[in-house]
Amino acid sequence: MPIDPTTEVETADAASAPAAESPKPATREMLLNIGPAHPAMHGIVRIVTKLDGEQVKEVDVEIGYLHRGFEKMSEQVDYNGVMPYTDRLNYVSSFINNAGYCMAVEKLLGISVPLRCEYIRVIVSEISRIADHLTSVGATAMELGAFTVFLYMIKAREYLWDLLEQVTGARLTVSYCRVGGIKADLPDEFAAGCIAAFAKTREVIAESEGLLKRNRIFTDRMMGTGVISTEDAISYGITGPFLRATGCDYDVRKDCPYSVYDRLDFDVPVGTAGDNMDRFLVRMEEMEQSMRIVEAALKDLPDGAVMTHPGTGRHIPAAEMVDLGKVGNIGAIADGCAVPGPTLEGAGRERLHTISTDNKRVALPAKENVYGNIEGLMQQFKLIMHGHGIRAPEGEVYEAVEGANGELGFYVVSDGEPNAYRVRVRPPCFAIMSALPLLLVGDMVADIVPTFGSVNMIGGELDR
Amino acid sequence: MSGARLTESIGARFPDAVITTHAYRGEETVVVRHEQLHAVAEFLKLDDDSKMNFLMDLAVVDYSMFGKSPPQAFFASSGVAVRPPARIPDKNPWPGPPGTERFAVVYHFFSTTHKHRLRMVVPVDETSAEVDTVCDLWAGANWLEREAWDMFGIVFRDHPDLRRLLMYDEFEGHPLRKDYPVRRRQPLIGPVN
Amino acid sequence: MENNSTFFTSRVNEALGWARKYSIFQYPFVTACCGMEYMATACSHYDVDRFGAGLPRFSPRQADVLFVVGTISHKMAPVLKRIYDQMAEPKWVVAFGVCTCTGGFYDNYATVMGIDTILPVDVYIPGCPPRPEMVLDGLMKLQDKIQDEHSTGVRPAPEDRPDDLEMEANR
Repeated sequence: MPIDPTTEVETADAASAPAAESPKPATREMLLNIGPAHPAMHGIVRIVTKLDGEQVKEVDVEIGYLHRGFEKMSEQVDYNGVMPYTDRLNYVSSFINNAGYCMAVEKLLGISVPLRCEYIRVIVSEISRIADHLTSVGATAMELGAFTVFLYMIKAREYLWDLLEQVTGARLTVSYCRVGGIKADLPDEFAAGCIAAFAKTREVIAESEGLLKRNRIFTDRMMGTGVISTEDAISYGITGPFLRATGCDYDVRKDCPYSVYDRLDFDVPVGTAGDNMDRFLVRMEEMEQSMRIVEAALKDLPDGAVMTHPGTGRHIPAAEMVDLGKVGNIGAIADGCAVPGPTLEGAGRERLHTISTDNKRVALPAKENVYGNIEGLMQQFKLIMHGHGIRAPEGEVYEAVEGANGELGFYVVSDGEPNAYRVRVRPPCFAIMSALPLLLVGDMVADIVPTFGSVNMIGGELDR
Repeated sequence: MSGARLTESIGARFPDAVITTHAYRGEETVVVRHEQLHAVAEFLKLDDDSKMNFLMDLAVVDYSMFGKSPPQAFFASSGVAVRPPARIPDKNPWPGPPGTERFAVVYHFFSTTHKHRLRMVVPVDETSAEVDTVCDLWAGANWLEREAWDMFGIVFRDHPDLRRLLMYDEFEGHPLRKDYPVRRRQPLIGPVN
Repeated sequence: MENNSTFFTSRVNEALGWARKYSIFQYPFVTACCGMEYMATACSHYDVDRFGAGLPRFSPRQADVLFVVGTISHKMAPVLKRIYDQMAEPKWVVAFGVCTCTGGFYDNYATVMGIDTILPVDVYIPGCPPRPEMVLDGLMKLQDKIQDEHSTGVRPAPEDRPDDLEMEANR
């Protein structure tokens, strides 16, 4: 006799059952352990569930399988050395972590960065956000069986990673931000490449939406599953698309604007039902809004003064300049502008003041100055050598940015030494994962897949 | 309500709980005694002028090595120490660590109605590293406090389920404390390398 | 080592090597950031399916190559060893990403400094994360290794398989 999953668990008790009915079989709840090595593409976590048939009765989530000691390591290296570690927090949208950390340290130092640098940070942040949403939605769709959508979205992500590679040099873990600025200016053909990549990405998003949005299988599995109310979400500290899908419109970019977001016009999509389908729709719409932000920022991008040397207009290849500088032939290089190789492109003397603060205690000087005059050399020495370096004054700051999953906060405490004293990351998906028992209990085992997919758990951020 | 008035109203309501307040870099901070932590937190959540519905973050800072790092070597291997240069002068300096206690539990609050933030710092002594839990006010505090216990060893009284979150149960010690060496591995399998 | 094969058995071994190297069923043990580059390698742009390795099996019983992708922490290490033990012979291990090769820059209390301290590794693909072209190069080196092992008949038996650092260097 099949067990009805909606009834209470019953035990066979011939004495209490009416004599006319046959006694029901004894049942008990099953303990099912999902993970830590499991096929979902999102990362390692152990979900211990207690099932009554297909219904989930109790859930316990165990995390920490990717704990890599980010907070301990950031005390061992200097302020700029933490940058690669921050990349690997939310590794699908790594620039946003870089920017958040840099903004926290800049707040601690009390310095500001040039306007062009702010615009570039916004542009690269939004491109990273689009890449994150593409990965999240694609992986969720794949786990529900829509493998094609995953391939399409990863294809779109490749276009964006090509853009990121042109700008930063890396596809995934970019380390593009520096305390006081960014590493280098945008390449010349970036705007055209960006528009082209967005056109192709919009096509892919439209295609995927056509495949999924009114697809009976997809909507049946996503609607009404993984429901959470706004009060519960706020109580757990959930922010980001997850919270906005429940109806609350808290977005750090709108409510506590940082960088140049208050000058850019964009909408914040808000859902109503708080279920998986709303989260999917919110993420899809956010991608479109991010593209809108980038296009507006590209239009408003303040010009970087790109000038040649006012006196002579000479250009010297950077490698040559280095060699001449090393032998002390300053006269040959003092009146020329360096033409840097690919790794230094965009960081030459003529562009440096547009991408990096002027504060000598924080930002590296242009290479022409390092090899050309003693002040530049001393500035480089004081920032790079072990034991010297950026020294923030004693203090503590908390700076929050809108990560792809929600409010990404950095709490930095400094004691005046070249290393940070304490760096604490407030991970957005930590709050969402702590609410996972609430999301899963009451649904069926098969609903764990779309719910866990829409959580967009990134192990690097969750476990740090 | 502006941040300064918020800290003033807390000071007025709980005069014996608040040790000090400041607004370093524009961030309102109130330092509270750990005995009244729960009362102040409840007030912050329910009072109409503060309405802190979000507990954004719960961090712990170990102040035992504050300002006391060994002087760094000129090159990592040389052993020749450098004298650090003078600190960057700050126009509005930070008052310093909140007292002489070793730990400080730092709560970050946010309100979606008033869009303001507040930091509450609770100094905790090393010998009796215990504070009250705020799980009954914000459900997110459950995991945040478990992580604080795991990484620093702060006990939260009345926490429903205080066990390790990020490290495994066999791990001994609290890794983020300043006296835990960064490279001390305790492998479950394999060599200690 | 004495090679007892005849002409026919060595041809069969070579054919077996050819078949095994072009039909790799990988178990992608994905933990961290390298997983994103693994996804990129497996998808349309850098298609790994044209190398015959396009079908991930999410059960170790059905897989023959264990791709360890991403940092392994000490909490995860016993799970990894268990997955490796559950795989049937012949099996190979690819260390994908520098965290699995040597521990990367996470030299702290939580990270295993290289999975070759707990498993025997066949191919190391360094990079943080490695570009898909590097992954494909590593995969091709693995395929060469599989073919060589079958052609020459040299493949250590499971009980002789070294699983600590010292013997790994002599392999």
